[in-house]
This record gives sequence, C-alpha cells and structure tokens, in this order.
Amino acid sequence: MNGFLAILQRDLRLALRQGADSVMVVAFFIVTTTLFPFGVGPEVNILARIASGVIWVSALLAAMLSLERVFQADYEDGTLELLTLSPVSLELLILGKVLAHWLTTGLPLIIAAPLMAVMLNMDQDGFVTLMIAMLLGTPALSLIGAIGAALILGARRGGVLVSLLVLPLYIPVLIFGAGAVEAALLGISATAQLQIMAAILLLTLAAAPFATAHAVRQAME
Amino acid sequence: MHRFAKPSVFLKFTAPILPWLSALTVVLIAAGLYFSLIGSPVDYQQGHTVRIMYIHVPAAWMGLFCYVGMAICGAMSLIWKHPLADICARATAPVGATFTALCLITGSLWGEPMWGTWWVWDARLTSMLILLFLYLGYMALVNAFDDPERGSKAGSALALVGAVNVPIVKFSVDWWNTLHQPASIVRMDGPAVDPSMQLPLALMILGFTCYYFVVLILRVRLELNERRIRALHLSGMFEDPETPTSAKEQAYEAGHNAEAKQ
Repeated sequence: MNGFLAILQRDLRLALRQGADSVMVVAFFIVTTTLFPFGVGPEVNILARIASGVIWVSALLAAMLSLERVFQADYEDGTLELLTLSPVSLELLILGKVLAHWLTTGLPLIIAAPLMAVMLNMDQDGFVTLMIAMLLGTPALSLIGAIGAALILGARRGGVLVSLLVLPLYIPVLIFGAGAVEAALLGISATAQLQIMAAILLLTLAAAPFATAHAVRQAME
Repeated sequence: MHRFAKPSVFLKFTAPILPWLSALTVVLIAAGLYFSLIGSPVDYQQGHTVRIMYIHVPAAWMGLFCYVGMAICGAMSLIWKHPLADICARATAPVGATFTALCLITGSLWGEPMWGTWWVWDARLTSMLILLFLYLGYMALVNAFDDPERGSKAGSALALVGAVNVPIVKFSVDWWNTLHQPASIVRMDGPAVDPSMQLPLALMILGFTCYYFVVLILRVRLELNERRIRALHLSGMFEDPETPTSAKEQAYEAGHNAEAKQ
C-alpha cells in the first residue's frame, strides 16, 4: 500500500509542478466543445438537444489525448523499468498511476462539464446526472486508456495509434454516459444507465490493471 | 497441438492438405452460389433481395470466427510463446477485417431496399463496426514496432481485450431492441430459416470457412518462407556466387529444421 501511495504522490506532484498538463486537458475540452456551436449553428434548441453527446465526446477526446502522459515519460527515462523490477506488485503501482491520471484529468473535466452544459443551454435537470455519470465514467476511461498507453510504448507514431486502439473500447462508456443524461432530461429515471456505468467501472477496475501490467512488462523485455 | 506449432512440421503437414482444401473450397462455394442464386426460392416478402443473405450471413459469421481465432492465437502466443501462433494471428487479421467489411457493405446494400436506409445506428450494426475498428487497430498495432516480436505481443493483448466485443455482437439483437432481425440460425429451438434456404446458407458458410483456412495456410507459409529467406540473406550465403545452388537449398531446408529444434 505504501508503494501505491508513494507513486500516487509522485505522479500528482509531477503533474502539479508541471501544471500545464491538467490545464491543457481542460482547455482542450472547452475549445472542442465550443467548436460545435460554430459547426451546427447557434440555435438554442439544437444545442440543448446535442449538449450531452457533445460534452461526452469532448471529454472522451480530452481524456484520450492526455494518455501519453501516463507512461511515456517514465518509459523514456527508465523509471518504468525500475518500477517493473521493484518488489511491490506492478498492478498496484499502475493503479496508483491511473488514479493520479484521473485526479489530474478526469476530475477537472467533471468540474468543467457543467460550465459547458450551461453554455450549450442544456436543461438544468440533467446537471446532477451528468456529473454523476462522469464521476462513474471518467475513471473507467483512465483505466481503459492505460491499457492502450502501455501497449504503444516504443511504437512508431504512438499518438495516432492510441486513438485507434482506445476509442472503440470507449464507446460503451459514451453510449451509457450520454444515455443517462438523455434519460434525466426526458424526466425518466437514469438509474439503469448509471448502474451499467458502475458495472463498467468495476469491471475495468478489476481487469484493466492486470492487462496494463502485462503490456508494460512486455514493453520492458 | 504443440507438435504442430513447429514451423517445419506445419509446412510439411499443410503441403498435401492445401490442394484438397482449395478444391473443397471451390466446390463448396460453386455449389453454394448455384443454390443461393438459382436453386433456392425467392422470399415471399423480399423477392430476390433475400439472396444477399447468402453472402451477408456467412461474411458476418467469418468476421466473428476470425476474431475468435485471432484472440485464441493471441492467448496461445502469450501462454506458450509459439511463434506460429503469432504468425497465425497476424495472418488472420486482414482476412477477418475484409469479411467484416464485406458484411457491413452487403448489409448496407440489403438495408436500403428493405429498411429504406443504408445505415442505422442500432446495436448490431454499431457493434459490428466496432469489430472492424478493432481489426484495423490490431493491424496498425502489430506493424507499429521495429521489432516484430514486440508488435505481435502487443497485438495479442489487444486482441484479448477486444474479445469483449464478440459476445456483444452476438447478443446485441437480444439485449437491445434493434431494427436488425433477431438470431434466426443459432438459437435454442432450432433454426428459423426455411429448409430450402438452409442448404445454400450452410454451403456458403462452410465454403467461406474453408476459404479462410486456405488463405491462412498460404499466408502462414509465405511468412515462414519470408523469414527464412531474410535469415539467409543476413547470413550472406545468397550473395556468395561460389556457393552452388544445391547447397543453398540444403541450407534453406536445414534452416527450417533448425528453427523447429529450438
């Protein structure tokens, strides 16, 4: 457990000292969301209708773009190799890294999401559901994304590749995340969608660290 | 099974099978095409359009079959580190991707006259599209590394993770309300397709499956031979004009066996 906390602390400290990374993710999220009113026109009804989907897609892309940060720097300076060799289980260390990634990207996105929802004229009924759905969904995005980030270590054109690997696996989160907000906006209970999202989160929480650790070990061979 | 995982044994074993399997494929697909285009009745509702089914359903089946095969090969290469399993998985991906694309295209052509639209975002169609993306991602990943070994391993892990999608494709028509019809062939109370249509469908499915194995064997043999030639080039034997041809051939054969003994 000490190893877990140590790596979490280290990654958080690195992210805070560099600072720009978290801000950049949120800035990307806001800019992408802002593009849609230009693309589909500023009509209030249309924007309110597509708001939940736009926010989710932008969040997905923002989370994906920051994935490279999880392992790439550690891979290049050799830290990852030492982590693999350490007596602490690699799965636990990876969980710590993923948690740090979520705290520095997922959490700011959740805070920024209602702001963008207001700008897109989303109905107020959906706000709470949107935040709960993102609270359940974004950790799953970080967990799934870590698998992709580990697989592309040492690959050519890794950045493009990771999108091709990770985005198809993100689709379930997108479907149920947007579905939950949609249901809340229609005045129906969103419990079913939120429960499925919780199930996705639990499943990825149980399986993804092992897949990621496996991919990291391969990259080290 | 482990015995056949040696490249030399694979080459020796598949050489006599290949012509028979090719002939079987031609016969099955020719018979299947005859029965599906001429020898089967038209549908009382769909007319001749129903004949698209004889390409569409086998292609969909092959798309899933190839993915499962690829995932199993990936698991085998991770567990037992057979080089042949890696090659099989790599060789399967483009075939599976082509069948999946064929399924989506024929489905779209079928959907236009029947549903009035080329594409709907229902669960079956979407999950099949994701399957195509997974194939493309796999192919991009295995070719993205300078070291092919590393590419194969990363690909195997991705193939296993992506296998989550296979049951989703299969059961999407049961779990969600879809425009796509529910399962009508593999189900608990027997197939719901008329017997006159079952025969051409079965022939085409078998034919497509045999075709896959023919292509798989050809691609694996090609890859094995390519590797052997590359190794010989690296050893510099081919460049030496003094070496007689027979010696080169002997070295080629010996190379296969040396690899098998490892």
